[in-house]
Amino acid sequence: MRTIIFRTIAPYLSALMVLFSIFVLLRGHNEPGGGFIGGLIAASALAIFGIACGVASVRRAIVFHPMGVSGFGLFLSALAGLPSIFKAQAFMTSQWLEVHVFGVEVALSTPLFFDIGVYLVVVGAIGSIALALEEREAD
Amino acid sequence: MTPALIDDTTLFAVLAPFAAAVVAPFLTRWFKHNAAWVLAIVPALIFLHFTGFVEPVSKGESFVAAMAWAPSYGVNFSVYVDGLSTLFALLISGIGTFIILYAGGYLKGHPQQGRFFSFLFMFMGSMLGLVLGNNLISLFIFWELTSITSFLLIGFDHLRAASRRAALQALVVTGGGGLALLAGFILIISATGEIEMSVLLSSPDIIKDTTLYVPIFFLVLGGAFTKSAQFPFHFWLPNAMEAPTPVSAYLHSATMVKAGVYLLMRMHPLLGGTELWTTVLPLFGGVTLLVGTILAVRQTDLKLMLAYTTVASLGLLVMLTGTSQEKALEGAVLYLLAHSLFKGALFMVAGTIDHEAGTRDIRKLGGLRSAMPITFVAACLASLSMAGLPPFIGFIAKEVLYYGTWGWLELGLPITVTAVVGNALMLVIAAAVVIKPFFGPKVETPKHAHEGPVLLFAGPVFLSVTGLGLALIAHTSGELLIAPTLSSLVGETTQVELHLWPTSINAPLLLSLVTIGLGVALFTQIDRLRGVIGSALTAIGWGPDKGFDQFVAGTVGLSWRITRVLQSGKMHTYMILTFIFTGLAVLVPGFLTDSLPAMPKMPDYRFYEWGILLIAFFGLIAVLVANTRLTAIVSLGIQGFAVALIFMMFGAPDLSFTQFMVETLSVVILALVMTRLNLSPSDHRHGLAAVVSGIVAIGVGLGLTMTLLAITQQPFDTRLSDFFAQFSRSIAHGRNIVNVIIVDFRGFDTLGEIAVVVLAGLCVLALIRVRTKPEKPIEKPKTVSHPTPAQTGEVR
Repeated sequence: MRTIIFRTIAPYLSALMVLFSIFVLLRGHNEPGGGFIGGLIAASALAIFGIACGVASVRRAIVFHPMGVSGFGLFLSALAGLPSIFKAQAFMTSQWLEVHVFGVEVALSTPLFFDIGVYLVVVGAIGSIALALEEREAD
Repeated sequence: MTPALIDDTTLFAVLAPFAAAVVAPFLTRWFKHNAAWVLAIVPALIFLHFTGFVEPVSKGESFVAAMAWAPSYGVNFSVYVDGLSTLFALLISGIGTFIILYAGGYLKGHPQQGRFFSFLFMFMGSMLGLVLGNNLISLFIFWELTSITSFLLIGFDHLRAASRRAALQALVVTGGGGLALLAGFILIISATGEIEMSVLLSSPDIIKDTTLYVPIFFLVLGGAFTKSAQFPFHFWLPNAMEAPTPVSAYLHSATMVKAGVYLLMRMHPLLGGTELWTTVLPLFGGVTLLVGTILAVRQTDLKLMLAYTTVASLGLLVMLTGTSQEKALEGAVLYLLAHSLFKGALFMVAGTIDHEAGTRDIRKLGGLRSAMPITFVAACLASLSMAGLPPFIGFIAKEVLYYGTWGWLELGLPITVTAVVGNALMLVIAAAVVIKPFFGPKVETPKHAHEGPVLLFAGPVFLSVTGLGLALIAHTSGELLIAPTLSSLVGETTQVELHLWPTSINAPLLLSLVTIGLGVALFTQIDRLRGVIGSALTAIGWGPDKGFDQFVAGTVGLSWRITRVLQSGKMHTYMILTFIFTGLAVLVPGFLTDSLPAMPKMPDYRFYEWGILLIAFFGLIAVLVANTRLTAIVSLGIQGFAVALIFMMFGAPDLSFTQFMVETLSVVILALVMTRLNLSPSDHRHGLAAVVSGIVAIGVGLGLTMTLLAITQQPFDTRLSDFFAQFSRSIAHGRNIVNVIIVDFRGFDTLGEIAVVVLAGLCVLALIRVRTKPEKPIEKPKTVSHPTPAQTGEVR
């Protein structure tokens, strides 16, 4: 697997895939995409990087343990359901906040954070499995 | 009379012990064993609170209070205060006060004394909740809480295997009975539509009139008999003597084991009086009375002797309750009160002797009266009451119960004879418990015996003196305590007239004389009696206690065998079984209900659509003919990508997108798994195995296809999709309906799903981390070896 071409391309490819996954995640509300698909793309990116350059470098690159990322995602998603409670609405009622940054209107919403949580859960869980399987290959 | 509503103070009285359970460990850390003095204030205050009810209740009033718990299910935390529950609440809190003090002295210096107080208080609260419980479900919850807390108390000395076994046995027996009780309660609720005891009691025939009376009767009995240690469930009670003595004195004399009797008395207006009731209860109660007393005579350990007489007393109470005769019921109530007082005192005396002299074997004790004068006096008073001699409450109880059984026309004679024999043997034990340790020449004991501290003798003295005092004011105690309780049992206001001395020479008095004569005669022969019973039991050689072990071993063995079949540890078997049942689940209903889908007509596909279908088809062929598994996995990917294309063409970009990613990752991960787990590169299935797999695969595929066809041929209900299409933009601010559904409309579902993803990830990670070890067959679990009871050949 570790041909010179693959090893040379893999880091760029992975970086591009991660970037693309974030793009897919953010546009999900209005166009095809979303946290789940984005997460799968990012997990593939990790898998490819791992196959090409070794699991150790992937783990260094993402700093946190993938299961930790996954758990944080679940936490974030659950948290995103809470703000509505302070407005005396049912749990997970969506809240929207329009913010103007440099003249661009950015819609911040609880579903956005929920979707980011889904993204992190998928990246973490699938990435964790893929990395663990690759790691044992190197034993 | 309808019960009056009272304020929530009584509810807090039930909850107060739980609060005390929280602070007890801290107090014990600060004040050591003297914390008992502070802690005893709690039950004392509860006692005072309930004394306030005595007077109005004796006038025939009753009270309810309630707090919503789970109102949507009709479950409330509610209390019902009438004669019966007042008597029990007074016993629980009154004896509880002295038990707390006694525990302070008994476990002085024990490192876990705070925990012990905590358990005791939790038990006390559960017991109060039980006897005051009005709502059937909350009553059941407190019922089970008493089982759980008594498990903790019996197993308090958890480093000893015998304690652990006794605790587990008590939990299994009483907890199992509790489940029967729950079933009985649910039947009552569904048959009558009522959930509050006070409402049920206001129309006494409500259950007897339903067709479910018989099952309800037996299920309630299952709960009561296990809790109150009726034969053949009696064995857990003597074993529970493994607990520290304060526990035995509290749980196994006055409270926990009386819960079953309480339930029978409480349900008497609802279930009692029928032919079934007056047959089953006296039968089991009578057998328990005889078995208990006979086994008690055989013992030489003070606590075990008392434990078996407790079994016997519970049998007597059940027998009397089973007669449904007013006078016999009056005897039952009196005996209940008398027994709680003298048995609580005697247990504490036994504990004090054990604590101060170092043994409770009556053969190693003697002449303690001068060394322990105060304990000696308390023991004498209590055992005279137990023996049923005047002027103690035990005597009055015995007179009244003889009066009741003698006057019962149907089964009066056998019941009376049983009662006389039982009471005579009870007298033998009462005499043995006091005469052997306290009289005679002084015997050298393991510890140098001397009087215990005030914490130890306060309880026995007070309880035994109360037994005397209540008898001396017989008229008043009859009016204030016995009559209201009896009214609860018979379901109408009744009068009770008690006399300390018999007013005339009548049958009960003669029966008492016979009892005393028989008892004294048997006592002179106690050693021979013990030998005879011992050899008889050795000849039988089997008892319910041994049966319990066999039951446990049998259950473990059975579950082991079932597990061996269901969980062979072979992935192949799991998969094939899962698929067989999936296939059956989708195929069978279609054939059975004759709702097979119609064959769809050949659609008019364009040439490139045919092309994609062909790619999918070739992918499948490639899977089948592949030489190695790796090739097969990749070929399966071809088919998956073709499906993704089909999704794309039919307007489901999100789905298609996801399908692409899932296919890619599946192939990558499967390939990694292949290389990682060192699986053989090619498929090992040949011949029959391949045919079976093929049939299962085709069956599942066919079933799923037919299900899909059947679904698409149903008229499509568009309400949901219309709703989503209409509001996705206006409510959820998103144009991508699929995403809006996932993160907003059905966000809660998604939250559950991602939780599953996280868990699945963790599990897979754990599986991968498990290093493959050399194959080892699954061993049959060793049956937990139980210590044999103290004396070999012991039958309980």
